[in-house]
Amino acid sequence: MEEPDTEPPLTVVPGADPARTQLCFEWGPAEMLLCETLFGRRGGERRGAPGGSAGPAPTGCGVAGGGDGALGPSRVFVVRRDQDIYMETLRKLFNESHGIFVGLQRCEEERAARARNAQLVQVSKNYRSVIRACMEDMHQAAISARDSALHSQYSIQLCFFQVSILSAMELIWNLCEILFVEAAPAGPLLLRLLDWVQLHICDVDNMVREVLGSENPSKHKLFWNVVDIFVLQGRMDEARHLLSKEAIANPTSMNMYKILDDLMKKMPVPSLGNTQTLTEMELKWQHWHEECQRYLQDGTFASNSHMESICKILLGDENAILEKKELMTTWYHFLVTRLLYSHPTVKPMELRFYAQSSMDMFLGEESNPEPLDTILMAAFEFELHQVIKECSVALSNWWFVAHLTDLLDHCKLLQSHNLYFGSNMREFLLLEYASGLFSHHSLWQLGVDYFDHCPEYGRVYLELHIERIPLNTEQKALKVLRICEQRQMHEQVRSICKIMAMKALRNNRLGSALSWSIRAKDAAFATLISDRFLKDYCERGYFSDLDLIDNLGPSMLLSDRLTFLGKYREFHRLYGEKRFSEAARLLLMLMTAHIAPCSFWMTLLTDALPLLEQKEVIFSAEQTYELMRCLEDLTARKLDKQKFQDDDVETMKVEMLRLALARNLARVIVKEGTLEGS
Amino acid sequence: MEEVCARFVSQKISKARWRPLPAAALQPPDLFATGSWDNEDNRISIWSVGDVGSAGLNGEYQGEPQLLCDIRHNGDVMDMQFLDQERIVVGSSTGSVTVFRHHQNNQTLSASHRWENAHYHADQYTACGGAACTGVICNNPEIVTVGEDGRINLYRADQKDAVRTIDNADSSTLHAVTFLRTTEILTVNSIGQLKIWDFRQQRNEPAQIFSLTGDRVPLHCVDRHPNQQHIVATGGQDGMLSIWDIRQGTMPVSLLNAHEAEMWEVHFHPSNPDHLFTCSEDGSLWHWDTSTDVSEKPSFLHQGGRSTAYFSHSTINQSVVSAWLSNDPTKDRMEITNLIPNQTLSVNTLDVLGPCLVYGTDAEAIYVNRQLFA
Repeated sequence: MEEPDTEPPLTVVPGADPARTQLCFEWGPAEMLLCETLFGRRGGERRGAPGGSAGPAPTGCGVAGGGDGALGPSRVFVVRRDQDIYMETLRKLFNESHGIFVGLQRCEEERAARARNAQLVQVSKNYRSVIRACMEDMHQAAISARDSALHSQYSIQLCFFQVSILSAMELIWNLCEILFVEAAPAGPLLLRLLDWVQLHICDVDNMVREVLGSENPSKHKLFWNVVDIFVLQGRMDEARHLLSKEAIANPTSMNMYKILDDLMKKMPVPSLGNTQTLTEMELKWQHWHEECQRYLQDGTFASNSHMESICKILLGDENAILEKKELMTTWYHFLVTRLLYSHPTVKPMELRFYAQSSMDMFLGEESNPEPLDTILMAAFEFELHQVIKECSVALSNWWFVAHLTDLLDHCKLLQSHNLYFGSNMREFLLLEYASGLFSHHSLWQLGVDYFDHCPEYGRVYLELHIERIPLNTEQKALKVLRICEQRQMHEQVRSICKIMAMKALRNNRLGSALSWSIRAKDAAFATLISDRFLKDYCERGYFSDLDLIDNLGPSMLLSDRLTFLGKYREFHRLYGEKRFSEAARLLLMLMTAHIAPCSFWMTLLTDALPLLEQKEVIFSAEQTYELMRCLEDLTARKLDKQKFQDDDVETMKVEMLRLALARNLARVIVKEGTLEGS
Repeated sequence: MEEVCARFVSQKISKARWRPLPAAALQPPDLFATGSWDNEDNRISIWSVGDVGSAGLNGEYQGEPQLLCDIRHNGDVMDMQFLDQERIVVGSSTGSVTVFRHHQNNQTLSASHRWENAHYHADQYTACGGAACTGVICNNPEIVTVGEDGRINLYRADQKDAVRTIDNADSSTLHAVTFLRTTEILTVNSIGQLKIWDFRQQRNEPAQIFSLTGDRVPLHCVDRHPNQQHIVATGGQDGMLSIWDIRQGTMPVSLLNAHEAEMWEVHFHPSNPDHLFTCSEDGSLWHWDTSTDVSEKPSFLHQGGRSTAYFSHSTINQSVVSAWLSNDPTKDRMEITNLIPNQTLSVNTLDVLGPCLVYGTDAEAIYVNRQLFA
């Protein structure tokens, strides 16, 4: 068993005061209910702090809701685990990445390794571009909010805070892409890291723009800073371009500029293709290094301190590079610059040593590394699980770790690791993320696909979550139903249909209710509704919802009672169309085949009365006997059941029926006798 | 499909509708409205596309739809129709029907009239509970709404009370409605029936009932051929497209296997009706083209560039009409293309006008294609 190695972060619930009252809690699917108890209270007056509207604390929990503090003895708080799910601007991120995620799961496994790798890198880039797009949107929103001055300071700050979080996410993702997804070998690795630094250290871009935009760049006070930045980031062409301007302005030291320019031009860089081997590259580099060394020792640049320091940087002089600390801003920039000028062919596995020493040198001994630093350090150390763990702790959402882990899993990097709970880390994180989505009133649809791709527990989670979606319209119910039907979740289909049927029934929409129970193939409920139809018929004397009952078709066979309803309605139609003998046969069949419920026999026999009283004889002698038997059966059963209840109306009906049957029998005997005789 | 512009809007879109063009307009439509569903805070939004002057940062067709204005809407937007250039009628899941007015001078939206509880359940315990209004159709100034309560309401835009109400018109849920002629409407319901109602008749019974054979598959959408009023298309729960000839028979003329899940909307192209568009819960949007039989037809559709004059009424000759109604296997005469590859979540709505197509999805995105026939 693993033990948690750090204390869990403390979550402050605004408005709740554990010192005054004890709190109790209840777990929910993606949130937790906290409530105040009566224990520990000593009658002091309440503080009227409202429970609602807490911002997303960096711990990833927030509070919404809350009761009325003034009246009730205790309040209820809802603590959500994944507060970011509720950020309006992040919904774009969730939706777009959902599409990428589903695309990644769909692409086949059995491709050639190289093509597969290129594909995964592309997927990773897509994820990053989504983060970037979202970040830009948010930045834009924050700026316009600040300009319009309509929004509170707090919400603007929150916006910028979110932008910084997204930017950190993208930084980490990019590094993981280089090290794990692409797994760049020595040589190209450095180029990738340079791109990474150039992309993310954008604080300096403003300075560059300011200098380049000025009338005379070379006279600008930040000119040398900009040149240094270019050199530190390995942007040699841009640095040379700037230097050439300065050279024109200073014809006296033209030679010095030329030499530096030449050095910078000649600097060997690892190639992306396979055109040169590492040894070749190392040889060239060694040669170039010696050349730089020579010029520095000659004192060629002694007259210009700026150029001398650039030359030192080219030589990989750590102290010279460290002097430019302000221009680099971060230790990982320092790391990449240091690698560029001293170990351009660094191998992935050597990174950890340089990373650790660079961080120590840059931050000094005393300062504490921030969470971002530890995450990046873990990445440089190729401690994949550490990266994911640190990210889970530091970030306020599950989106990042869930998607990153899934991608790394597709790169086959996480195979060995199994958790002592759940199935594996990928599935665990995806389940957490998707559960968060399901707790959202609108994003739940996205969660479905995530659960689908969790082989072990996904289905169970989906079953439990899908039943809890509130169904306010039939259209939403249909959408949920479709999800269940596609996955053969029969139990859930039945339950949803039942809920909808029950709702319709409560609204007196018998037709709708019947449709829903037919869809669920719920015989018991169909029987219940059929009974309601029959009861309504008995009370009103006519059928409602004829359009439905006349069109039951094969679904009539769902339940006996429904069959009876359909057939009984057919009897009415035949009777209405004056097809009496067919109607009579059907009526008799309903009783003799025991399709009709016993409670309804009296009504059926009463329906037979007008047929018995017709001018022409409809029931044959045999049929009349059958009818008589039915009547006797019924009365006998009645007597058994309710000996003491004597209903006058009922007895009169029976008397009338007996009379009509007797008369019909007399007529039919005469008629059949004459027919046979003639 | 690089000519399609997408925009993520952070709300699931239930309806999208182009603003109708003035009678003599030659330009393509530039404004559409959307409605959202399943949000705590649903909205009606007006978007503009490709206004060459303002949005032309990256060329005229690149511009994303720009939000002009929006307004809160109580409940899910179930259906939405433009009444005229300025007014939009919206049916809500709460059972109310609202007319919104789009003020074009200052780009704002306001609710100009509301019929509360246009659709309701006569509950046995409470007086009334709202029932979702599932369909709205306008024929200025008349507005017809249908709902889950099986009720049909006829309103006039500026009258407070309903002109005509048919209670319990249908025992099941009515899913959609469209005008057949000025006094007749078509409804489809959840037990696979297509009904014609005539408002001139005083009895509250349908003039005619058509139904799918046997299996009672619910129908979700209906549209009428713009020129040949007897041709009607419906889409069902199983994704099947049915073509009906309401002059004859009570069953569909042809059943075409289409989507894998509910077909949410079907639309004939208003000015080029040998094109039909359908969208579905399975995340696909299909373009049905019966005009592909090149030999019979003038070929301007194929040489046409991006001009707006694609359509001419001469296209609607007898051969095309019979293409929808022909009983012989239609496969070789009809070209069907899925306009959305790799889509996963439901396409809830589409609208087509001139060369422009707009559609909205549960993935919280709206898409605009401005060169449908290019």
